Amino acid sequence: MITPPNFPPPGSASDPPVVEVGHSRVRLLIARTRLALHSFRAGWSIFMESAIGVLSLVIIGIFAIMAVAHPILMLTIWDVDTYDPVTGYAFDQVDQPAAPSWRHPLGTDPLGRDVLSQLLWSTRSEFVLGITAALVTVAIATTVGAVSAYYGGLVDVFFMRLADLIIALPGISLLIVLSALFKLNLFYLALVIGILGGFGGTAIILKSQALSIKVKPYIEAATVAGGGHFHIIFVHIIPNLLPLSLLYMMFTVTSAIFAEAVLSFLGLLDLRMSWGIMIHTANTGGYLMGGTRYWWLVVPAGASITLLCSAFYLGGRALDEVVNPRLRRRHD
Amino acid sequence: MEANQAHTPPAAGDQLVSVSGLTRQFPVGRSLFRRATSFIHAVDDVSFQLNAGDSLGLVGESGCGKTTVGKLLVKLLEPTSGRITYRLPGLDVAEGPENVPLEASAINGRRLRAFRRQVQMIFQDPYESMNPRRTIYDTIAEPLAVQGMGTVLDRVDMVSEILMLVGLTPPATFLFRHPHELSGGQRQRVAIARALVVEPSFVVADEPTSMLDVSSRTGIMNLMQQLAHGLGIAYLYVTHDLAVARYMCHRIAVMYLGKIVELGETEELLRNPLHPYTRALLSAVPVPNPEYRRGPPSIVGDLTAPIDPPEGCRFYDRCPLATNHCRDNPHPAFEEKAPDHWVACYEV
Amino acid sequence: MTASAASPVLKVVDLSLRYLTRGGEVKAVQDVNFELAQGEALGLVGESGCGKTSVANCLMRLLPDNAQLVAGQVFLDGQDILPLSEDQIREYRWQRIAMVFQAAMNALDPVYKVGQQVVEAIEAHGVEPTLSLARERVAGLFRMVGLDPALMDRYPHEFSGGMRQRAVIAMALSCDPRVIIADEPTTALDVIVQDRILRELKGIQQRLHMAIIYISHDIAVVAEVTDRIGVMYAGRLVEYGPTAAVFRAPLHPYTAALMGSFPSIAGEKRVLANLSGEPPNLIDPPSGCPFHPRCVHATDVCRQEIPPRVERDDQWADCWHPLEEVPSLQPAKAGGT
Repeated sequence: MITPPNFPPPGSASDPPVVEVGHSRVRLLIARTRLALHSFRAGWSIFMESAIGVLSLVIIGIFAIMAVAHPILMLTIWDVDTYDPVTGYAFDQVDQPAAPSWRHPLGTDPLGRDVLSQLLWSTRSEFVLGITAALVTVAIATTVGAVSAYYGGLVDVFFMRLADLIIALPGISLLIVLSALFKLNLFYLALVIGILGGFGGTAIILKSQALSIKVKPYIEAATVAGGGHFHIIFVHIIPNLLPLSLLYMMFTVTSAIFAEAVLSFLGLLDLRMSWGIMIHTANTGGYLMGGTRYWWLVVPAGASITLLCSAFYLGGRALDEVVNPRLRRRHD
Repeated sequence: MEANQAHTPPAAGDQLVSVSGLTRQFPVGRSLFRRATSFIHAVDDVSFQLNAGDSLGLVGESGCGKTTVGKLLVKLLEPTSGRITYRLPGLDVAEGPENVPLEASAINGRRLRAFRRQVQMIFQDPYESMNPRRTIYDTIAEPLAVQGMGTVLDRVDMVSEILMLVGLTPPATFLFRHPHELSGGQRQRVAIARALVVEPSFVVADEPTSMLDVSSRTGIMNLMQQLAHGLGIAYLYVTHDLAVARYMCHRIAVMYLGKIVELGETEELLRNPLHPYTRALLSAVPVPNPEYRRGPPSIVGDLTAPIDPPEGCRFYDRCPLATNHCRDNPHPAFEEKAPDHWVACYEV
Repeated sequence: MTASAASPVLKVVDLSLRYLTRGGEVKAVQDVNFELAQGEALGLVGESGCGKTSVANCLMRLLPDNAQLVAGQVFLDGQDILPLSEDQIREYRWQRIAMVFQAAMNALDPVYKVGQQVVEAIEAHGVEPTLSLARERVAGLFRMVGLDPALMDRYPHEFSGGMRQRAVIAMALSCDPRVIIADEPTTALDVIVQDRILRELKGIQQRLHMAIIYISHDIAVVAEVTDRIGVMYAGRLVEYGPTAAVFRAPLHPYTAALMGSFPSIAGEKRVLANLSGEPPNLIDPPSGCPFHPRCVHATDVCRQEIPPRVERDDQWADCWHPLEEVPSLQPAKAGGT
């Protein structure tokens, strides 16, 4: 029952700079950029206050470095014949898979390929897959959510029943069927996951948010100002949906990486290499049965899947605090 | 700011807005598969006129339909029946002579754009009536931008000019702020600026001060009066507060459950209230003077929702003067009991 | 003092409170002193953020986690309640001092019947030994606040705004408190309902001889129902005295400005005074008199030094340049155009 003290601090330290615009488009642009930077910094400082936010950033940062490291290593100290993640063969090892050594820090796989190289190479495709799927999801879900909330009626009924249908479909099984019918490469997989997510549950969540935006007086104010449907949807509703969209983008990355791992493990995807394929290779060779003896075949890839998925999930949770001030802890 | 200087502003005294038999019903419990069987009679057979430069206060308790009237007048809602006609500069029927009254139902397409320049609205909630992600400049320039008035740099000038007019100086310190960085009073000034930047002839103000602090409230009321007077803008002031309406308006219309029950010149209506509901309302308003003693409350019961109201006077069940005549006959017609003082009651 | 009782029922001494926030320390309440005698009605008025609700929360010991009591004592029947533990305070809260909350909408739990919620409050404090006696007591309370006892078994959403506010008042009265704090008790209500509830609250207060504190931004309401008035500005009590005296001749320019900015339906129509500027930022309040940036009478001394207390009969204010006489009320000239 306590209303938190609400003292608007006009003139506090965090004021944005005073901007003299004058007669110059460039200065107008500069003013806007400085403003955007200002609000970005404000959000950033809240994000960085949350431990899980920092943790997720550190993990994602490490994986990003790994993704960048692979081509550099291939150009410098790794020769293509030995270290190529798909066609390489570790001639220096007698038995394959070989245990970790100085030349192969994570050992080699049953086909004699360097595990570390595979791991680093795959990181990039996991990022590409996750982010593409997330962008597709969010672009579709935001538009569908805004449009069906704004127009209501039959448009709304159509998109919401479609969403129900997609939610009712078992996702992974559907992907298995699709991958049996088509050759799913990384891009198509991202597209399918994105479309399923975009027209599915995320659309419903964003629509309910859009509904609460639609009834705000500033939408009426925009109508009175003379704004048409397009103006209201794209200038007022969607920008206010974006924070939530960004959040679901983070969660979609997680589910895309996870889906890829499952499908690859089942050997259903048309990929050169991925974390899922690494585990798949170990499995088909029967090395999963060997207990912890051949740990380097499974642990690096498994741990990477878990860590990257959790990092994006935790990042989403931390973003939630930026987006949703109610969740913020009071500073004490 | 020179958006419509080609048009001569309406001379004071011209009938600007004329409302007759305005009715708006909202269905209750309608769904995709079920047609509504009951209706909320939010606005029921309301008629009044507003002259250029005039100000009318629409007063009533929450749920009496006063905000709905405001939204109907700015075409945020379409009436169920009844007519609204406007005589607005720059909004003439194509082949007719200058200033032929224009029916609200005929305003669409290109004409709707011109209408939006002439008729504006100020909303109640200064916190929710501005998009939190847009800067003050974006908010005020929105009507200019969507109507394609001026270039970006022209608009910066126009917005700066209007910011000075509403007392937000220097404008440069406000242009690129976000609404949450402003106090309630400052935001309501921005809302006024947004409504006035297109130089309208008619503004609907929906309780613009009810959510503000005492001190900023007076500033906003005085500002609105100065600007409306200076720019010759007529306004409809929707409020629940008779004291505010008295301060702001030439005339006051009292609404009860979708009907206007009394309409008159402000001081006349306050001095000589005729309708029993107006009297009850007046006797319930607290007065900031400890020595002032008000009369005892004169009406009983609680406000009901106007869902499928019964025949007879809407005020019948709470009225101290009610007779069987009030119950058995339709809601009383509006009659001019004194010069320019209209009342809808059988018993006065 | 209206009541000549030797010891006041509530005495607040040098109360100071701050909130720790992201932006810094908000000095929400500073050096607030007042007394309340049995049967007396006090009004605390001021703009939002002036600290009036924070004072109420201190009296109820209902403070958010980031609040910090800097100094002061709150004596309720001679006992300082600020140092008491959470367990001890529970005996005071509701039985000695109770609160009618600002938003009656939120003060009632939507999933329980209204009567049940009041019964629980009574049972929790062991006021009545049996459930049937407690229910009887609630029925009596409902009658007292003008609600039909049959409504006890309804849910809050079936109540109108006015009925909910009545139920919240009944809840506050349930344990026979000596002091009631009414925080904006009628803010969300329409005038006719507001009028009825204020009349009832005042009647009950006089009948039961309770002390009551009205907290409101609406000085018209406070003018009607209180014996004494305290005007708060920027966390400080800047003027205090009998309501009639303060309204007749305010000492502090802020009080005068507040009163001059309130429209009224009675009397001559007059031009309303503009109180320009914004309330100060309480993280970094102005030096000297907190009102000086907005005060038309401000001089250098106001900017530099905390103002002294000026007294006139029972009325006092903290001001360097107290107003001498009744501020002249200009007759209407431009108003209404």
